[in-house]
Amino acid sequence: MSTVDFKRRQIVGRGIPLPGNDIDTDRIIPARFLKEVTFTTMGEHAFEDAKKQNPEHPFNSPAYKGASVLVVGQNFGCGSSREHAPQALMRWGIAVISRSPQSPVAVDVEKQEVKFGSRTIKATIPDGPRNQLVGGTWDSTAVLLEAGAAIETTARMLPYVAGF
Amino acid sequence: MARTLLDKVWDAHTVRTLPSGQTQLLIGLHLIHEVTTPQAFQMLRDSKLKVRMPERTFGTLDHIIPTTDQARPYADPLAEEMAVHMIRNMKDFSLPLFDMATGKQGIVHVIGPELGLSQPGMTIACGDSHTSTHGAVGAIAFGIGTTQVRDVLATQCLAMAKPKLRQVRVEGALAKGVYAKDVILAIINQLGVKGGVGYAYEYAGPVIDRMTMEERLTVCNMSIEGGARFGYVNPDATTIDYLRGRQYAPAGAAFDKAAAWWKSIATESGASFDDVARLDGAAIEPMVTWGINPGMSVGVSQRIPAPESASEADRSTFREALAHMSFQAGQPIKGAKIDVAFVGSCTNGRLSDLRIAAEVAKKGKVAKGVRALIVPGSQQVAKAAEAEGLPEIFQAAGFEWRKAGCSMCLGMNPDQLVGREMSASSSNRNFIGRQGSPTGRTLLMSPAMVAAAAITGAVADVREILK
Repeated sequence: MSTVDFKRRQIVGRGIPLPGNDIDTDRIIPARFLKEVTFTTMGEHAFEDAKKQNPEHPFNSPAYKGASVLVVGQNFGCGSSREHAPQALMRWGIAVISRSPQSPVAVDVEKQEVKFGSRTIKATIPDGPRNQLVGGTWDSTAVLLEAGAAIETTARMLPYVAGF
Repeated sequence: MARTLLDKVWDAHTVRTLPSGQTQLLIGLHLIHEVTTPQAFQMLRDSKLKVRMPERTFGTLDHIIPTTDQARPYADPLAEEMAVHMIRNMKDFSLPLFDMATGKQGIVHVIGPELGLSQPGMTIACGDSHTSTHGAVGAIAFGIGTTQVRDVLATQCLAMAKPKLRQVRVEGALAKGVYAKDVILAIINQLGVKGGVGYAYEYAGPVIDRMTMEERLTVCNMSIEGGARFGYVNPDATTIDYLRGRQYAPAGAAFDKAAAWWKSIATESGASFDDVARLDGAAIEPMVTWGINPGMSVGVSQRIPAPESASEADRSTFREALAHMSFQAGQPIKGAKIDVAFVGSCTNGRLSDLRIAAEVAKKGKVAKGVRALIVPGSQQVAKAAEAEGLPEIFQAAGFEWRKAGCSMCLGMNPDQLVGREMSASSSNRNFIGRQGSPTGRTLLMSPAMVAAAAITGAVADVREILK
């Protein structure tokens, strides 16, 4: 029996603000760093070009070392579906990406609240991912496998699988 | 109640509702390539899992391969390592790989439709955001991350929330010199790069109805650039004619049965949408992007807009774009000097794209100092182009004729911008650094406009060249 608790109800950490809207995936991790068969080096390349071009980039600042809540503008992460982008951020140390107006210290996933010092504001986390985190069902493969033979049953009902 | 294609395909592929409230959605076709899969195969090995439906999984090599010398081992050891892993993974899990030797290798979003793998009524997933391309045949097709690639390999399913549906109607008719690429750039400009977040786009209206399949593929390809993960066109006579005789399409009597089913899954008249957007096709000009996302575009006769014309929230991105591109607000886009011209990619690397670029190439020679590349989207596209003598036309005009691959769409292979080079590109993203150089600059446009820029040495109006 597993004793690991997969539930994620609350995440506490320091914020790191990243100004600007429409920060795309090529900015988070440029395509030339995707030539890897593992994700292990991705953290080193998070915002690599942006950091070099802008000495003031928050990922260069010692003040934000150890921060884990990335506070972003609108449409953050637009563009590619590369998982290398969230992997790079996670391996750099980011645990939460937040659209909150200030840098929070705690994100309550269950209650959908973001706390800054003594203040608390309501936040929105899409139902699916929130339920996965709170319910500890974010190991998607394990959850999907539970459907068992219903997968093949569904497939056989499709004319292009069964044969026209 | 009248139902949409999205409703019908979604329901037919629903295995169950998950505890999270998401749908467990069966994936009818899983397309894979070398960049977003090695970690997924490793996760599969670590969990001692098999590929659930190997007969519904197909692979190719596209992102990392060179377009000049394709002999192995590749000069770039990192690219070679990715190829080695891909070939080994496909072999270990007994999955078909369209490698160079098959004659069917190419960009995953070019070969899926070309081989007849992508069919109406399917759910199609691939670890690449431009998977929406396959929606052109009437499928629900979308990009996924690597963990989701593992999910599909292991379970043939994904945990998904059903998107809202926006019908995007393009009315009227297009003027001469205006192409599918201009239509999708105009759509993204009107609805915004985040306008489609949470939506699937159903493209419709007379302009879409009249489009060839290759044109529809171009439109659906860039859905994600407008924020929509899904984009589709309802199957019709064009779809059926396109699929007839393709390698993986049904044949004989089965084809007619398939065609009947394909027609039956189209959106019914009177169906309702969460939103409807309309564009006047006649008002669309050849489009050119001037900024750092695909929504920042103008018609070729127009001037680059001022930051004050954008919403307050977008002004800082606007100023950053002008600074990166070294453009001034109010400057005409026409006449902007270019260093590189690129025709290719999953957006515009098909035979019809090469034909129109060749037509323009006949009108002149590549301007001095411009490097111009023509990269077919697949080996089959290359073969067909060679059969009609297109490489000779391009070479006579000073364009390089390359081998199939993703090439200069993204900096993962030797075709890259150098320094601050300005590129006229038929690809899909003008993000900073996208074409390989952190300071490189990209102007997105149609293949005809790229060829026009190549022979002019600057952004030009292809309508004046084709007169």
